[in-house]
Amino acid sequence: MAWIGILSIIITGIIFPGIIGMVKARVGGRKSPSIFQPLSDVIRLFKKVAVYSSTTSVVFRIAPLVYFASVISVLTLIPFAGQKGLISFEGDFVFFAYLLALGKFLMIIAALDTGSGFEGMGANREALYSLLAEPAFFILMGSLALFAGNTSFYNLYHHLHLNTHLSYLTAITAIYVLIYIAMVENSRLPVDDPKTHLELTMVHEVMVLDNSGFDLALIHIASWLKFSLYGTLIANFLLPFSLPHYAQIIFFFIVQVTFAVTVGGLESFKARNKMVKNPQFIVVLSAIAIVAFLTALIITEKFTLN
Amino acid sequence: MEIKVFILAMILGFAIFIVPKKSQYLLGLLLHLVVIVVTSVLAIDALFYAPAGQSQILAYVAGSPVHLVVDELSSFFVLVVNFTMLTGVLYAGGYLKPYLEKKNNGEMALHYFSFLWLHISMLLVCMLRDGFAFLIAWELMSVFSFILVIFESENKQTVKIGLNYLIQMHIGLVLIMSAFIVAWVKTGAVFSFDGLTIYFAGHKPYLLFLLFFAGFGIKAGFIPLHTWLPHAHPAAPSHVSGVMSGVMIKMGIYGILRVLTYIHTDLLYIGIFILGISVFSGVLGVTLAIVQHDIKKLLAYHSIENIGIIGIGIGLGVVGVAENIPVLAVLGFAGGILHVLNHSLFKSLLFYSAGSVYQQTHTRNIDQLGGLIKNMPRTAVFFLLGSLAICGLPPFNGFISEFLIYSGMFRGLFPGDLPTDVIILFSFIGLVIIGGLAIFCFTKVFGIVFLGTPRSPKAMKAHESGGRMIFPQVLAGIVIIVIGLVPAIFLQPLNSIVSLFTGSTPILTNAIPVMNKLSLSSGIFILFVGLLWFLRRSQQKTRQIETGPTWGCGYTGANPALHQYSATSYADNIRDLASEVVQLKKHYNSFGEDEIFPAKRTFETHSSDVFEDNLVKKPSDGLLKWFEKIAVFQTGNLQHYLLYALVFMIFIFLITLLKLI
Repeated sequence: MAWIGILSIIITGIIFPGIIGMVKARVGGRKSPSIFQPLSDVIRLFKKVAVYSSTTSVVFRIAPLVYFASVISVLTLIPFAGQKGLISFEGDFVFFAYLLALGKFLMIIAALDTGSGFEGMGANREALYSLLAEPAFFILMGSLALFAGNTSFYNLYHHLHLNTHLSYLTAITAIYVLIYIAMVENSRLPVDDPKTHLELTMVHEVMVLDNSGFDLALIHIASWLKFSLYGTLIANFLLPFSLPHYAQIIFFFIVQVTFAVTVGGLESFKARNKMVKNPQFIVVLSAIAIVAFLTALIITEKFTLN
Repeated sequence: MEIKVFILAMILGFAIFIVPKKSQYLLGLLLHLVVIVVTSVLAIDALFYAPAGQSQILAYVAGSPVHLVVDELSSFFVLVVNFTMLTGVLYAGGYLKPYLEKKNNGEMALHYFSFLWLHISMLLVCMLRDGFAFLIAWELMSVFSFILVIFESENKQTVKIGLNYLIQMHIGLVLIMSAFIVAWVKTGAVFSFDGLTIYFAGHKPYLLFLLFFAGFGIKAGFIPLHTWLPHAHPAAPSHVSGVMSGVMIKMGIYGILRVLTYIHTDLLYIGIFILGISVFSGVLGVTLAIVQHDIKKLLAYHSIENIGIIGIGIGLGVVGVAENIPVLAVLGFAGGILHVLNHSLFKSLLFYSAGSVYQQTHTRNIDQLGGLIKNMPRTAVFFLLGSLAICGLPPFNGFISEFLIYSGMFRGLFPGDLPTDVIILFSFIGLVIIGGLAIFCFTKVFGIVFLGTPRSPKAMKAHESGGRMIFPQVLAGIVIIVIGLVPAIFLQPLNSIVSLFTGSTPILTNAIPVMNKLSLSSGIFILFVGLLWFLRRSQQKTRQIETGPTWGCGYTGANPALHQYSATSYADNIRDLASEVVQLKKHYNSFGEDEIFPAKRTFETHSSDVFEDNLVKKPSDGLLKWFEKIAVFQTGNLQHYLLYALVFMIFIFLITLLKLI
């Protein structure tokens, strides 16, 4: 079952950017590319020769591998369709967050490795945004931990569903925050615009300006997988774990596609933030996550209002 | 037997002054090794075999015996001290080589002797329980570290920093001593740690705890007691900064932990107090670190941050004990105590590799470095290892201790009541922010110092340092990786230390499967990296790899070193967010309206520590001003001084006449 989960996450990851592209094209009144266009781009990249900058060192070469490996490895931790992930243990979500941070660390220093001012700027922004987004994720997990004594990913979700229906109040806030964390972590609008063509206004894209061939392909796939990873985290909130497996899987795909369409829609209608507004925007996510925490405190009747 | 050898080594230390210059280091190394072996035997014995807490007689002073007591807590700290001193003394062999010609026989001997005695005094601090003996060992530790800090005493600034350090350490000493005295006066019990039992049984612990915390906290470097730390660490030679930051400041933690073993009541507020100060120290420490340009000063601020993390663990542990939440108590203490070991490893490693950089480039200003990974690949790898570990990233050791603390917090949320949950909420937000800022800071340091294009000729001319300086880094690196990959083997000994505070519970033993799964996940991750490496190699085998210049968006003509992001620009957006604390000032003059051809300009930034300014500089400046006013009496004129004596006598005569005295 866990293997099916990992496979499903990978499949949705592959079609994810395609769906977003389709939605954006339709909304923008253009003819949409094939849903597999991003995939064929990546396959082309895999066949290409890599060009490395002469300024770079081994750090630049190893970073994409670590980044990709970190994303692939955390797939094993995600619960899927009411089942535990392949590996599940107390506090696995801490490992989840920190392993992703390791990948990011390497990508940031790889950008500095090129010695380019633009890439340094992107690296710097990425470091700042992910540091600001991190607390929100932990507060969310903390609010789920209020329902459960055991704090593995699986148990957190499981106890949320076992609890009274009131506990879904926490879920609503959590989903909202998670969608925006996904946008920040994957460098999408309103924090970063992946389609911008000016280096000065890029965040993630400018970091990988010098990557090419195999490495660039890995980086692209890793970002897709990260998107569907967060989609899975969101889907787990919505799926009652009591449903039969096949229904859960179908439901999972529906949620993922909806998530992708939502992202496409958000990107079509939202303008990107001013750079200086971004930190404020991201910190607000933590504030909203605290609301989820307070809600959970009220639901568990630790915090009584009389 | 061990004790006798230990004492012999102490006495033989004086022989360093007699032997010729060439063999001073060897003798020092030998004595260090002897001390390490005998005390480690004692410690391992206490930790694993013998019933702990046995006392042995060190010496007789005025007929009464001085006992060495080695329990689990002592033996843990003894082992941590020994390992870091081992790497430190090995590193010193390479680092001090350039100084051998500059410094004379006596200066070198004094340095080696102080290093040995710093080691011995730290061990004694961990093992002595008697109040007087403890205070003497504590004082020796401060004095010898002071001598080590002012090694480069030809630099006036270094001496000034050293004196500042010495004064602050004595304030700490007075606070600790007064705590002992209060306990002694109030109870009349023995003047020792064990005497505290009686005091805490009958009194509220707050006053005494505060005194102890302030005294030990100055050594540990909790904000706002940290002001000596960011100056002393950069001024000292690198092996000394590694040892001071790695283990000496941990003696403050040892003291706090030792005192906590005697307190069994009113723990909640004490826990909240430790937690509050620790979160504060952690977040501010790392924020202040980000704006530093001096690599060793930056690492010093990171020590404050890590003391904060240790304190968060301990504070949570105390709250857990107070609120009777065993899982929070055990995992909090376990994480905090393990972080003591972890920090001693990666921080000494970082100081050693930073020392190698300094030795090669003769600058600590990171804005003048860059691209060192090409000339110093091994040093760069170790610095990267240390950076990843200090950021708490898996699969390295820093992650394990932070993971334990996180598990404690998240598992404590469910059984906790409202106040506990809110406390936990704030502490994990603190810990997450610390982690994020640490990543921000170390991407900056590593990226600016080791990557990109060299920013000055100094950085271009660097060479890899010799094997004698690399070897201790290898040692520390191995332990960092071992703890990161197989943490399960460290839980059992950790359990026996933690049970001193929490009573014996099976929580840590039950965590072994979790640790194994953590190892498994890390293993999978490493496997994937290896697999991808292999895949890419086979993909690239058939194709010719090309190299070219970095994409410069059309501006490729200029000096590539000037194009890069600098440390200042990297830190700029944090400076905006934390402007209240970091107090960064920019000095420049802007362009005039009628200036068509701009002339040459300079741009400077300065950051200052808001606590240092307000707590140390302002009061001491005020005091100095006042002293200067008094100094008008010091005319250097004999007649005036005779007049003062006359005035004094008349004054005495008058008040006697008026029967005032």
